[in-house]
Amino acid sequence: MKVTINVNGEERTDEVESRLLLIHYLREVCELRAANIGCDSSSCGACTVLLDGRSVKSCTVLAAQADGHEVTTVESLATAGELHPMQAAFRAEHGLQCGFCTPGMVMASIGLLKDNPSPTEAEVRSALEGNYCRCTGYHNIVRAVLSVAQQS
Amino acid sequence: MITATFEYLRAGSVDEALDMLRRHGDDAKLLAGGHSLLPMMKLRLARPEFLIDLGGLEELRYIRRDGDMLAIGALTTHDMVSTADLSRSDAPLLAHSASQVGDPQVRHLGTLGGSLVHADPAADLPMAVVACSAVMVAQGEQGRREIAADDFFSSPFETALREDEILVEIRIPRRAGIGWGYEKFTRRANDWAIVAAATLGGRIVLANMGGRPLRALAAETALAAGASAREAAALAPEGMEPADDMHADAEYRRHLARILVGRALEQARG
Amino acid sequence: MTSPGSILGTRVLRTEDPLFLTRGAVYTDDVVDESLTGAVWVTFVRSHVAHARIVSIDCTAASQSPGFVAAFTGADLGLPDRAPMWPTVPLGMSRPILARDTVRFVGEAVVAVVTTELYQGEDAAELVEVEYEPLPAVVDPRVAAAGGVLLFPDAGTNIACTFEPPSRDEHLFDDCEVVVTREIVNQRIAPAPMETRAAAAVWGADGRLTSWIPNQGAQGAKADFATMLDVPPELIRVVTPDVGGAFGAKFGADAEHAAVAFVARALGRPARWTENRYDNLLAMTHGRAQVQTVTIGGSRQGRVSAYRLEILQDCGAYPAIGSLLPSLTRLMAPGTYDIAKVESAARSVVTTTTPVGAYRGAGRPEATAAIERAMDLFAAEIGMDPAEVRRLNLLAPFDNPHQNGQGALYDSGDYGAALELALEAADYRALRIEQLRRRDQHDIRQLGIGLACYVEITGAGLEAGAPHENAQVEVHADGTATILTGTSPHGQGHGTAWAMLASDELGIAIDKITVMHGDTDLIPEGGGTGGSRSLQQGGAAVRQASQELVELAMDRASEILEVDRADLELDRARASIMVRGAPEAVVSLADLAGKKRLFIRSVFSAAGPTFPFGAHVAVVEVDVETGKADLLRLIAVDDAGVILNPLLADGQRHGGIAQGVAQTLYEEMVYDDDGNPLTATFADYPFPSAAEMPMFELVTMETPTSYNSLGAKGIGEAGTIGATPAVQNAVIDAVAHLGVRHVDMPTTSRRIWRAISDAAADGAIS
Repeated sequence: MKVTINVNGEERTDEVESRLLLIHYLREVCELRAANIGCDSSSCGACTVLLDGRSVKSCTVLAAQADGHEVTTVESLATAGELHPMQAAFRAEHGLQCGFCTPGMVMASIGLLKDNPSPTEAEVRSALEGNYCRCTGYHNIVRAVLSVAQQS
Repeated sequence: MITATFEYLRAGSVDEALDMLRRHGDDAKLLAGGHSLLPMMKLRLARPEFLIDLGGLEELRYIRRDGDMLAIGALTTHDMVSTADLSRSDAPLLAHSASQVGDPQVRHLGTLGGSLVHADPAADLPMAVVACSAVMVAQGEQGRREIAADDFFSSPFETALREDEILVEIRIPRRAGIGWGYEKFTRRANDWAIVAAATLGGRIVLANMGGRPLRALAAETALAAGASAREAAALAPEGMEPADDMHADAEYRRHLARILVGRALEQARG
Repeated sequence: MTSPGSILGTRVLRTEDPLFLTRGAVYTDDVVDESLTGAVWVTFVRSHVAHARIVSIDCTAASQSPGFVAAFTGADLGLPDRAPMWPTVPLGMSRPILARDTVRFVGEAVVAVVTTELYQGEDAAELVEVEYEPLPAVVDPRVAAAGGVLLFPDAGTNIACTFEPPSRDEHLFDDCEVVVTREIVNQRIAPAPMETRAAAAVWGADGRLTSWIPNQGAQGAKADFATMLDVPPELIRVVTPDVGGAFGAKFGADAEHAAVAFVARALGRPARWTENRYDNLLAMTHGRAQVQTVTIGGSRQGRVSAYRLEILQDCGAYPAIGSLLPSLTRLMAPGTYDIAKVESAARSVVTTTTPVGAYRGAGRPEATAAIERAMDLFAAEIGMDPAEVRRLNLLAPFDNPHQNGQGALYDSGDYGAALELALEAADYRALRIEQLRRRDQHDIRQLGIGLACYVEITGAGLEAGAPHENAQVEVHADGTATILTGTSPHGQGHGTAWAMLASDELGIAIDKITVMHGDTDLIPEGGGTGGSRSLQQGGAAVRQASQELVELAMDRASEILEVDRADLELDRARASIMVRGAPEAVVSLADLAGKKRLFIRSVFSAAGPTFPFGAHVAVVEVDVETGKADLLRLIAVDDAGVILNPLLADGQRHGGIAQGVAQTLYEEMVYDDDGNPLTATFADYPFPSAAEMPMFELVTMETPTSYNSLGAKGIGEAGTIGATPAVQNAVIDAVAHLGVRHVDMPTTSRRIWRAISDAAADGAIS
């Protein structure tokens, strides 16, 4: 089947298998390989991207469901070599180690500040409950998100 | 994990979806937000030949007042149900329940109708709609019919919906200002409930104490007869045969039911 | 270690991050390489039964599936079985690359199905028909040890190996006024790195294999490939892409990695494989899995004089690193304490479950868990505060190495200071007062305070001889530098840390220094990253090589500048060699490199392993009605010697603490009696999220070691070692007044509620 999806601001049309997952569409068709597959069961959030501006788990969305919609991945955030404030905060606070959860975590964090621009620590933790990280103990991830919330 | 192959069909209207259902019958499944169905398909526990995507049916995404009822379109997402002013004011228990489903990403896509039709006995929303005395509106070839939430859930993952019907609307009696209680007991924040309890207007409903959301009738009766919250809660698991599983044995579940109902009743009292 | 203005010891942001945050790291599944064009996909058919004889394998239907290329069974491979790691383990417990006659755990790979595309793999794999003749499962190591059902009938036993003291003392506890004994389960958990296992393999026209796999040491992985594929090591090149976490479970190469390489050779085409999480939870090694019996004895005044630790190690179906974990547990059995008589013994047994390997701490968390639980059991028995019992029994501060009686030589330590720091940071007295208040008020939410003192061994080294590591440092004509290291970072930030070390010696800015690792053609030798060895050995090697490079540059500058070498010095600000007192007489390292390659390869040998230590305090709240425990605070004093970069060190501590908390409160790989895993997805395996964790309170303590010039000890595993028993002790402490003395990990609400109920039924104190 044919899908037309606006990926990071550019509309593209591709012929895809109907069962193709959005995460595989992004990784294999669009060659945007930052988002990862961590669990296959929509638990871990490593595949988180924005669909029409809201965070979703792209391992549990068919590319077909994104037809006619906008998808935003972490690759689109930095402009002209400038990190997005969330990316900059993850670096400044050491919110990443192995980096595997990071693209999804950053997108989920951006999504959470859209839903709630000035969250408490507890609200940040709760809003990130669907994004697993094995390296950081979440300590510095939470600090990074809070620091961005305080900047704005 | 990859689903088996299927043919993807996109419904442009409820009528078209019904038509597709009629044509493909048993071989078809309806796709709403996909957060119940796609994981089952990836595990190949479900392998429909035809997948009918309802995602484009904006006509089924709404929350509006309709007399003394709040009418919610079946494709309204958990996020909308949990954050919309109307649901928060008129059906606060349901709004809270929707906020307890999964995590933000799941709530952005998962739908009220999808969750109810999936009928997971451990899920939040089936319990909530029973507690709210909701009415399910199903649409089939012969038109619409209403099913009381009490009669909607039959057994694990089974509902009163016929194969050729689509759940299109959930109608909730508007209960602004009435005390309600909601207690969900989980291991991790985003787990399914080991046991959960919801209470509203004299109704007490438990999740994961059986194959479907169960009303704690003995407790409800006692409460109506003037028993204290504590006395009523002690009767909560009466007649229920909860499962033994990795998370809890039946005895512990019964114990949790008493504790959670007691707390929910306290909460409802304010 | 630091001089004024030195970058060392400062909070330097990671040079790795900009790419990781924008383009994403490049993990094995992301690798794009021309040589991999047209790669086929490998999907493994795995056993869904715990123990069975394979009667037949039929790939006929699968071969009709779209995109099917080939299928290989164990018999098709014709590869030798992989012998156990330890010479005393019976050879009969060797592991085939793909199961041949018998499957011994759910998840064991049976057939490698090859398809043109990824999506076709599962379609074809589900059509492979394997007929099994079931054999009885044996899941509990206590049952396995009794030997009723044998996994390897030829071996005649389920016992893989035993570890015995030179002699047993039957009178160990004879002079003790109080003796407490208890069985403690240190449960089986899944390392669950976020990146699962994967491989990409291609054989060149020259007959050499290039294999990209996520790993913790390419050089060790190369040796494993050579053994498994039965080819000379020189025909193998292992390349390590970015690695999405490992935690001990990605050491070496696994059977599946070899099978993918085999497929690529057999088909003459590149082959790839990336496992899904279900396969990962079933087939990657698990960790811990010990049943311990602790016995502790001493005086009513609180002095402990005897301790015995008996370990039953569950190896899973094939004895791998897991079979050796008890040796590390025994080595560290007495922990931080001065105990007159200590005895430990262990047996490692096979069960029809996933093989057990290393997981962050690997044998040491088990030792600390045992002694720290034992200390609390002893304290409870004599009615003394757990902090006081520890004070009475901790080793006095020492600068000269201390022999712990179990074969470990602790380099330096001040355990009492660590404990006092932790208690002070926690405000222990105030916590106890608040705990009393809640107890008096019969509060539903009771407070628990748990302590753990620990000492661990880091940089023990599996390599022969003294622990060592190599590094090569080269300065280029354009003023940049390249470091080749034998360590293998997978989140630790060696790219930043090693650059800091070289920068400090050479004066070259860290953003001009590239750190490379994990390509065996480029770096033939290396011990990889594990056992908290990297900074103290790999980092020390980088520093040593950098210093030697400066010496070499001085030699060359002396010739060029025609100045006596003794009159030269390094001008860090200009990355140059200059004549002392005559800054205009100068030659830059870059210019020297332009004249002739300027590099040094150096091997650093450590005086021995180091023994970081610390004390953790956990504060939990337990809902005594439901049994649910929540962690409120975790205070950690971790002394890993001198800290190179507090940003990175703290990150290691945070992550380790969270994994420790995860083991105590949440995680366990659960099997039913038939050997079926019940926690095979992340929906069921309770990997905690941010919502389950508090902020961690880290307290700094730095006692240098003399074993390397950096003064550094290992930090990577402190968290799992200290936090795990601290949290467990806190949970039990919260309900101790209800008569509860012990709750096994994970301390689930059901277990806590059951313990409270049982204690009440026993008519214990209320």
